[in-house]
Amino acid sequence: MKDWGYKISTPRVIDLDIAYTAGYAKLVEEVPSAKKCIMCGACTATCTASNLTDFSFRVCHILFRRGQVANLSVELDKCMLCGKCNIVCPQGVNTRAIISSMRIILSDMNNRNNPL
Amino acid sequence: MNFHPLVIPFLAGTVFLLIVISLKYINWIRRLDANQSASIKKNILTFKTVQAISEIFHESLLHRKIYKKNTLLGYMHMSLAFGWFLMIVVGKIESSFYYGTFLDKPWLGIFFKYFARTPHHYFMIIPFSFIMDLLLLVTLSGVMLAILKRIRSTFLGLKKTTNHILLDRIALTSLWWIFPLRLLAESATAELTGNGSFLTGTVGHLLSVLSVDQLELPLWWAYSICIGIFFIAMPFSRYMHIPTEIVLIFLRKWGAQAGEEPSGFTDIQLNTCSRCGLCIDACQLNFAAEINHIQPVYFIRDTRYHHLSKDVADNCLLCGRCVEACPVGLELTVIRQQVRQKSEIHDNNYFDYNGAPEKTKKADIVYFAGCMSQLTPTILVSMKRIFEEAGVSYWFMDEEKGLCCGRPLRQQGYLQQSKDLVNKNTQLIHSSGAKLLVTSCPICYHSFKNEYSLTIPVMHHSDYIEMLMKETKLNLIQSDIEMVYHDPCELGRGSGVYDQPRHVLQSIGNLTAVEFEKEESLCCGGSLSNMVIDSESRQKIRDNTLKVLTKSRPDVLVTACPLCKKTFAQNNKIKIMDIAEIVAANIKNKIKTS
Repeated sequence: MKDWGYKISTPRVIDLDIAYTAGYAKLVEEVPSAKKCIMCGACTATCTASNLTDFSFRVCHILFRRGQVANLSVELDKCMLCGKCNIVCPQGVNTRAIISSMRIILSDMNNRNNPL
Repeated sequence: MNFHPLVIPFLAGTVFLLIVISLKYINWIRRLDANQSASIKKNILTFKTVQAISEIFHESLLHRKIYKKNTLLGYMHMSLAFGWFLMIVVGKIESSFYYGTFLDKPWLGIFFKYFARTPHHYFMIIPFSFIMDLLLLVTLSGVMLAILKRIRSTFLGLKKTTNHILLDRIALTSLWWIFPLRLLAESATAELTGNGSFLTGTVGHLLSVLSVDQLELPLWWAYSICIGIFFIAMPFSRYMHIPTEIVLIFLRKWGAQAGEEPSGFTDIQLNTCSRCGLCIDACQLNFAAEINHIQPVYFIRDTRYHHLSKDVADNCLLCGRCVEACPVGLELTVIRQQVRQKSEIHDNNYFDYNGAPEKTKKADIVYFAGCMSQLTPTILVSMKRIFEEAGVSYWFMDEEKGLCCGRPLRQQGYLQQSKDLVNKNTQLIHSSGAKLLVTSCPICYHSFKNEYSLTIPVMHHSDYIEMLMKETKLNLIQSDIEMVYHDPCELGRGSGVYDQPRHVLQSIGNLTAVEFEKEESLCCGGSLSNMVIDSESRQKIRDNTLKVLTKSRPDVLVTACPLCKKTFAQNNKIKIMDIAEIVAANIKNKIKTS
């Protein structure tokens, strides 16, 4: 197919029957500053892991908020917790705490769904 | 008359105590990890054992470390610990003399005055009674100070003291009552039999206004019951530190160290904490950010009783000020990292970072700036200038695509992922064939030194700059600029690099000392180890630290850590420079710029 330099996005739907929205409620409880995020992407721009992989904290945060958690735990493993995002964040969001909390919440969810 | 039912509470307490602590110690020593057992086996039959015994005398009984903190506090501990110890020892000798055998019944020394009612055929009575009264007086003065400390802790040099749990309060109260009750009981007997000395004799006369013969037996019973209660409460309360510190000193002298994962040695350290609370005053979260429930004393207590909350475990800067303050030398930061372990998400296959490039051309030096240095580009520019000036061939390892050193993950308990990064970085560093690794970030430096097994030496750039100056590869311009130096936690307390940066700065300008420096230096508040506190608390800590550092109104505040620099710079009150920057700015021009 001809490369036009842009493409039409594939249509996406958030299936609310599958979406794990309880996770975000738990996250906000653990890390209240998550609500202050304005999704500006400064974190991703400075990210050590994004420099090496396609990891994006901003995308992970959005997906988790929407409850679209499939494959998210694999994605989150790319973070090295180096803390640059914490420093550049204009809103003072505790980004590393969000990553760690998301990891633990997702791991709890997986353990519940697949005991043993 | 060698037995009376009143010794039963004492005996029951003693037997219970011995059984419980023996079982506990057997369990903990069996659970030591392989490294700990190996080094203990290696060192147990060496001179170190003698050194340990000397340390036990100096630190468990006299406690020089507490004396250094505050003389009165030191006296309080010594009078109780050493005073009571001597009372037991001298009491035993006294009873051995009296009964003419060393193998007399064990309670006779403790209740000597009660049983030795016919003192006239005993020639040593006067000196022994005098010594025992003196020891009792010393111990009682310790109890008085302990009570005073509960009422007004500042009198003994403590701003805040520990909030004790009920069990500790019971043990504490029974301990406090042992000595006044002993005084009263002995005085009553002294009044009846005349076996007292200056203290018990006098108090006995005062007691004679009451019916002493009816009081005597109840007082001895109360004394025995108090010892019994104290001994039964001891293995479960803060007073477990009395026997456990001795065990800890032996194991430490034999080379045992806390590893990555909790072991029996961790339990021994948890039980050595006496909850004295000296760590509370040292903790910046306490005095700068009003967070009062996470200090090591509470963290260790909660871990010991198995009700540690995530908040208490995670809310810590790992700055290490408490480790310096701890009178029994617990590895508080290491234990905190041990319990943070996230074993529940350990089975993941972590990501393999193949993007980081290897070095194909050989260089003499590997320069690893670290993630945080990437946010402070002036440090990178300065380091390049310094390398050029020194004329060394170097490879800037993480200039384009670098990995993290792995320490932040390790601090949060993601051990496996951290090890993956360590392996990857080790492979990259060794691929360069360099003879030296230089890093600009103290966090990375600490990690390279302690968590990697590199075949080449590691230097922080402050250390490296000093070396270049000694080799006269770097000549600096001296001016009369006024500077203060901030010790980064991971470089100072973490790695013991205090003097090198100071030597460098002294050859640039005037370095003024600050109130808290070197081992006592404050954290900037930006610590990566704490993922719990919000940015407001961080700012409070930062501002408090800056206030201390800028008291002398220096021209510039120099630090040696990109994270400290970044944190301080956000306050915007004073010029902040990294040591590399100020050095690069003051190089005597050797290379002529065209």
